[in-house]
Amino acid sequence: MERIRYAIEARGIQKSFGGTEVLKGIDLQVERGTVYALLGPNGAGKTTLVHILSTLLRPDGGEARVFGLDVVQSSDAVRRHIGLTGQFAAVDESLSGRENLMLFSRLLGYRKRDAAARAEEWLDVFGLSDAAGKQAGTYSGGMRRRLDIAAAMLVKPELLFLDEPTTGLDPRSRNEVWDIVRLLTERGTTVLLTTQYLEEADRLSDRIAVIHEGVVIAEGTPAELKASVGSGTVRVQLARKEQRGDAAMAMRQVLGAAARQDADPAVLTAPALDPKLAARLLLELSQAGIEVEQFSLGQPSLDEVFLSLTGQKNEVLFESKEVQSS
Amino acid sequence: MSTTESKLMLALNAGETPRRPHALHAIAAFVWRSWRGTLKMLHYLAIDVLIFPVIFLLIFTYLFGGAISGGTGAYLQYLLPGMLVYTVTSMTVYIGIGIKNDIDRGVFNRFRTLPFWQPAAIIGTMLIQLLTYTSALITTILLGMALGFRPEAGIIGVLSGLIFVVLYAFCLSWLFAFIGVIAKKVESITSMTYIVLYPLLFTSNVFVDTSTMPDWLGPIIAWNPISLASTAARGLMHGSASFGDLASALAVMAVFALVFAPLTFRAYRRKGSQ
Ligand SMILES: Nc1ncnc2c1ncn2[C@@H]1O[C@H](COP(=O)(O)OP(=O)(O)OP(=O)(O)O)[C@@H](O)[C@H]1O
Ligand SMILES: [Mg+2]
Repeated sequence: MERIRYAIEARGIQKSFGGTEVLKGIDLQVERGTVYALLGPNGAGKTTLVHILSTLLRPDGGEARVFGLDVVQSSDAVRRHIGLTGQFAAVDESLSGRENLMLFSRLLGYRKRDAAARAEEWLDVFGLSDAAGKQAGTYSGGMRRRLDIAAAMLVKPELLFLDEPTTGLDPRSRNEVWDIVRLLTERGTTVLLTTQYLEEADRLSDRIAVIHEGVVIAEGTPAELKASVGSGTVRVQLARKEQRGDAAMAMRQVLGAAARQDADPAVLTAPALDPKLAARLLLELSQAGIEVEQFSLGQPSLDEVFLSLTGQKNEVLFESKEVQSS
Repeated sequence: MSTTESKLMLALNAGETPRRPHALHAIAAFVWRSWRGTLKMLHYLAIDVLIFPVIFLLIFTYLFGGAISGGTGAYLQYLLPGMLVYTVTSMTVYIGIGIKNDIDRGVFNRFRTLPFWQPAAIIGTMLIQLLTYTSALITTILLGMALGFRPEAGIIGVLSGLIFVVLYAFCLSWLFAFIGVIAKKVESITSMTYIVLYPLLFTSNVFVDTSTMPDWLGPIIAWNPISLASTAARGLMHGSASFGDLASALAVMAVFALVFAPLTFRAYRRKGSQ
């Protein structure tokens, strides 16, 4: 067991629901002791893949091993090594937080007294001791999520699945979850998480797989992924939106890439391969008399990663003649 | 941060990871869970256990009793044991709804990733339901006795009748457990109940002697499990049970349990992992 290098090895995983192909042959290798992120938009197939890897769903094709154990043939053995925190909290809302953890501990095989002790310990780790007696149904999103992770941790899993662990959480709760993930990985737990946020994947994970329509379209370290998209995105907010035509031209000249429209007509974004170019752009804009209200250089958004990776045509703005006239 | 870290270390190092729980321990855990859940819903329980039985018994005794057999006293002697069967029959639906609700809620996924004997989830819940049935039955019996019901077989008759009806409820529960596992929606369980249960109920001998019903209904009435159970319960409480009555009722009950329990377990295990 200890000799196995990969926590997860999956090859050609396929899954259809009623004729719709949701996973179209996914390959995945997650090294033991690392954090691996599955990044993808709604409906990409992240949850389906997590359910297959955590023995909740059978794949239609391909094979997956968790610590060398086949997820279909040896599902019971796999379950001893994994903890799952699903996209929707898997707790009994009519029971209190304490009762939930006691129930799950007993179902793991702890006797009543040990189960109670385990429940208290984990409530304490996740800062839920004060709310332990309250019904889980009355918990806030962040508390419920923490309770759910605590429940998954009772197994002391070597591999923890976290399906969108921070979706819907406020920044503080999100940071708490991130801290917990870091602590766990320092202790050697392997974590597979799914997320829609590049920032989250970037902060937490050693490697990322980008999933789109049931296919892995890119895989690598966060740095590799971002490099493939461009190091960052320049976002310019104009004081007067009438100047956006001129601003878009300047951006195209300096950055060598077309500016993209934002929901806000006064905002333009464009990829910047080099931070120095962004500095030059700012200079250029002020020399051209274009008033800038806000100027920022950030990471590419998930949108941009997708647009770039899926090779879809960027919504190019102000490239036609129309630009001059506006 | 560092205190969280030390707490985490503590929790991770505490206790040895136990072995897979014995099936009986898993069942005990679910009995405990249902018990805690039930305690939090006592007000609903009170309606099922106190109010419904009282209302139904009063309606049938006073509104129909006169019309059906000409006098409430004699009718109650006939009606009450069947009423017990009727009461639990309509309550067995809850087991299906309970199971379906569990499956629909996220907690089902948690159960499925834990290494215990999965049918424990259903059996544990069912055992607590039996307690509910028993309470409703006791309400009905006590009220019946206050209204003039006199079991001819005395206390032994009452107890054996009670145990028999609870056993009947347990066996019938498997049908609804199965429906609960395979149902697409909670509402379809309720509508299925009306389709299955009410025709059976009104072609049974719970309320009336079936000898007045049309002949072609004969076989349906004869093998109607509700009729068989009512006849047996009546026999036990009044000390007139024949071996044949009991044997055929128990046989039909055994068939329910032996057919639907395995089907339920199989469907439950497969649920979600197609
Ligand atoms: N049980 C199911 N039956 C039918 N279709 C399903 C089922 N589960 C998932 N799907 C479909 O499969 C596709 C992928 O779903 P999945 O939940 O895996 O995506 P996801 O990447 O987790 O999305 P999200 O970010 O919204 O959670 C979706 O189009 C969804 O409608
Ligand atoms: Mg999902």
